[in-house]
Amino acid sequence: MMDHTEAPPQDAVEMTVTLTVNGESRPLSLKPNVVLLDALRDRLGLTGTKKGCDHGQCGACTVQIDGKAVNSCLRLAAMCEGQRITTVEGLARDGQLHPVQQAFLERDAYQCGFCTPGQMMSAAALLEDERIGDSDAEVREAMSGNICRCGAYKNILAAIQDARPHSRPADSGGDGR
Amino acid sequence: MRNFALTSAPAPERAIAAHGPRREASYIAGGTTLIDLIKLDVLRPHELIDVSRLALDEVERLADGRLRIGAMVTNTDLAHHPLVRDSYPVLSQAILAGASTQIRNLATTGGNVMQRTRCPYYRDVAAACNRREPGSGCDALHGINRMHAVLGVSEACIATHPSDMCVALAALGASLTLQGPDGTREIAFNDFHRLPGEHPEIEHELADGELITHVTLDTPVAGAGAAYLKLRDRASYEFALASAAAVVAVEDGVIRDVRLALGGVATKPWRAVEAEQALDGQPAAISSYEMAAEAALQDAVPREHNAFKIPLARQAIVRALRDAATASEARQGVQG
Repeated sequence: MMDHTEAPPQDAVEMTVTLTVNGESRPLSLKPNVVLLDALRDRLGLTGTKKGCDHGQCGACTVQIDGKAVNSCLRLAAMCEGQRITTVEGLARDGQLHPVQQAFLERDAYQCGFCTPGQMMSAAALLEDERIGDSDAEVREAMSGNICRCGAYKNILAAIQDARPHSRPADSGGDGR
Repeated sequence: MRNFALTSAPAPERAIAAHGPRREASYIAGGTTLIDLIKLDVLRPHELIDVSRLALDEVERLADGRLRIGAMVTNTDLAHHPLVRDSYPVLSQAILAGASTQIRNLATTGGNVMQRTRCPYYRDVAAACNRREPGSGCDALHGINRMHAVLGVSEACIATHPSDMCVALAALGASLTLQGPDGTREIAFNDFHRLPGEHPEIEHELADGELITHVTLDTPVAGAGAAYLKLRDRASYEFALASAAAVVAVEDGVIRDVRLALGGVATKPWRAVEAEQALDGQPAAISSYEMAAEAALQDAVPREHNAFKIPLARQAIVRALRDAATASEARQGVQG
């Protein structure tokens, strides 16, 4: 899949990569230095995932890879072949909001909304991870990689705890939405 | 971000052959440090070799009681591994005290050992930095050096080693397995990172093309308690101002075995050898821990903005030793 080339790096040839995004196979031709965030937004039109700091410090770009929350700004798209990528566009299923989305809506867990997709992707992952405890302190710790400059943390925490009993994996396992 | 060629390696031998003895090649695993620094133009590799798919993701107990960790085990998986939680809790605590969930999900054991300093002058290509550009000077010496090191420093570099995981490894004792073009060798973890000296650009003992394949922890200290204490500007997702990893075995109120390492205050993961020697055979009491803290920091060199780290580290040492000793005594209470 990955092409080794001795050509000067600025002219590195494009690579053919097939990303599996929200259960769909999406073949792409990419330069090696394209990060997953830019591939999702600029090449696949999935602009729900946001670019904040672009350095792994703010969490706005959080997506799930194989069910785990990661910073898509720090992940080369070409290294994601064969992995299941879930973005905020893949959270709802069969016209039903994901329990985390519903809870964010009901708890008013945002102001400007820019960090919200990343917050929800992290929240949906932590609710499915039995290694993370269910206390408020443990949820806050697990969510510390998602910054909210409006300061909606109180309602974000409440929304996550509200969604807990209704949680389901965000990862649709490839069966579409 | 500058472009590069990207090669995927299905086996370590192939990765090492693809890397070759070229300075401009780099392995990529989790990429959480590397991609960040390429975006900042601090690192400019011509070629990346993707080692993230190598079958180096096992954690296994060896027949001699040591624990062998594959270099591709993620920080999250290592922190939560039952063998680590049970036998090396200080490692689990240290990893979970570092970075964020998202970073730990990508970052690997080998990559954490290789992570670069967070010195803002290293990360800024407009600044003078001997580590990034040998001979250019060090803007941190007389700059904003509040986050910088007080131990293991030189006039060429005072950059802090940022890792939490590595502080636990320094305390526990470990060896690294390095595979290269000429075969495989082992190196003690505490000999792997170099002090900056006059050549801060040489950060470790890895030869050209060598790849870390495993980290093997020494056998657990019998009857020991452990503690990792990290002091920082905010409660989560922040680098240490000072941290201490302590593993202490107490017997009849006397310290029988102690391992102590420091983070946030030194240019490499810092095993506090002088403090360990000072504690040997001493009573498990605050006065002993205070004496050990003095010994650990006797050679500290403060700069304009970071002198506060010396008393802060002293307190971190005292508290970590106290908590580890208390845990050791509690274990013996249960067993006795």
